[in-house]
Amino acid sequence: MPLTAPAEPDPEPKMNWASFYAVISGVNRHSTGIGRIWLSVLFIFRILVLVVAAETVWGDEKSGFTCNTQQPGCNSVCYDHFFPISHIRLWALQLILVSTPALLVAMHVAHRRHVDKRVYKLSGRTNPKDLEQIKTQKMKITGALWWTYVISLLFRIVFEIIFMFLFYMIYPGYKMIRLVKCDSYPCPNTVDCFVSRPTEKTVFTVFMLAVSGVCILLNIAEVVFLVGKTCGKHLHSAGDSTMGAWIQHKLRSY
Amino acid sequence: MSWPALYAQLVGANRHSTSLGKVWLSVLFIFRVMVLVVAAESVWGDEQSDFTCNTLQPGCENVCYDQFFPVSHIRLWSLQLVFVSTPTLLVSMYVAYRNHCDKRRLLQGQEEELETLKKRRLPIAGGLWWTYLCSLLFKMLFEGGFMYALYVVYDGFQMPRLVRCDQWPCPNLVDCFISRPTEKTIFTVFMATASSVCMVLNLAELAYLFCSGWVCSK
Repeated sequence: MPLTAPAEPDPEPKMNWASFYAVISGVNRHSTGIGRIWLSVLFIFRILVLVVAAETVWGDEKSGFTCNTQQPGCNSVCYDHFFPISHIRLWALQLILVSTPALLVAMHVAHRRHVDKRVYKLSGRTNPKDLEQIKTQKMKITGALWWTYVISLLFRIVFEIIFMFLFYMIYPGYKMIRLVKCDSYPCPNTVDCFVSRPTEKTVFTVFMLAVSGVCILLNIAEVVFLVGKTCGKHLHSAGDSTMGAWIQHKLRSY
Repeated sequence: MSWPALYAQLVGANRHSTSLGKVWLSVLFIFRVMVLVVAAESVWGDEQSDFTCNTLQPGCENVCYDQFFPVSHIRLWSLQLVFVSTPTLLVSMYVAYRNHCDKRRLLQGQEEELETLKKRRLPIAGGLWWTYLCSLLFKMLFEGGFMYALYVVYDGFQMPRLVRCDQWPCPNLVDCFISRPTEKTIFTVFMATASSVCMVLNLAELAYLFCSGWVCSK
């Protein structure tokens, strides 16, 4: 029997939370201090808890969903009626959507670096050391980058709120009930269906919502910090800035 | 994002720890996280599917399981390990903040000094001493809190073989049998012991910090 060659290592990067973490943590360098705290809270208290704990709690949600009937198909239909989309999938989507505005900032930084490199080359200088420095220097959050950063923060807040609202609409009250009564076809009449691990699911739902609230507060604090810092800078240089003079004038009139 | 990624984060923060802190991190990852992942998770793997009640009434097993196991041991331990590991990141955040302040004070162009700034190990004094102390206190608080929660929820560390349940829709008082109770008791006692060892290490580290702080002030 001919020997089979050993399987080639997969050259394609796997699409999982680990590779997602690698992509998002690259943006960390251009964040404020609050932004870095937000990222740590996101990865440790949301993604890590989701992967190591919450996924196993919801693992048997369909197999453990038991209805008081022998009618085939009734279990599936009732499960589908009461759980249109599982909590785990909603959280995964929420985490992906909430993390991706950070990529707006990464794209802007890459564009700025590209422009800087072009300007540098056009001015006749080609020192490779300086070109490397342009690639690796930390950008200051000013000008257009400031607007991109603030817009990305606002998107994050909006996505978080939308998902919390969606959760409330699909699963009112945040509490997981033990028993649901179901009379969808083909169930013969109103049957009792029992949800598996309702208390544990409630505990984790409350935990994930609390951390989501903490993340919203951190994002709001970051917006306030950025706006405050910029206003402060304009006020200090009020002499040569029309914006600063305007703000000073407005403050004096109160 | 899983246990190895958390380990990578903590190992980076380890550079600024005391020797006891480094021992604590090893005990945490070898005797707790690794044991949880390679052994405990498979012991509790069939906890609900093998939870058998002496009745054919549909729903009775679900309801009785939920009554006696509001939060599984495995989830409590996972949360405990996540919460206990994170105060160490307070220290890395403080070190990053200090490096940022010191970098600003250095003049432009002194590249070698900037590099040594990044790689240096800060002595545990001043602001870093207080940050380290706070992180130790938080660690002990979380350890104690979770151990107490486990003790209260499960009335001790022993897993009974049989529980009696009369929740609706069980028709009357039914006997329900837990799968692998002895193995679960062994692992519960093991994890509680490892948690106590970690608390003792934290207390020792606290005493060491106070002594070194007192000696420094003299």
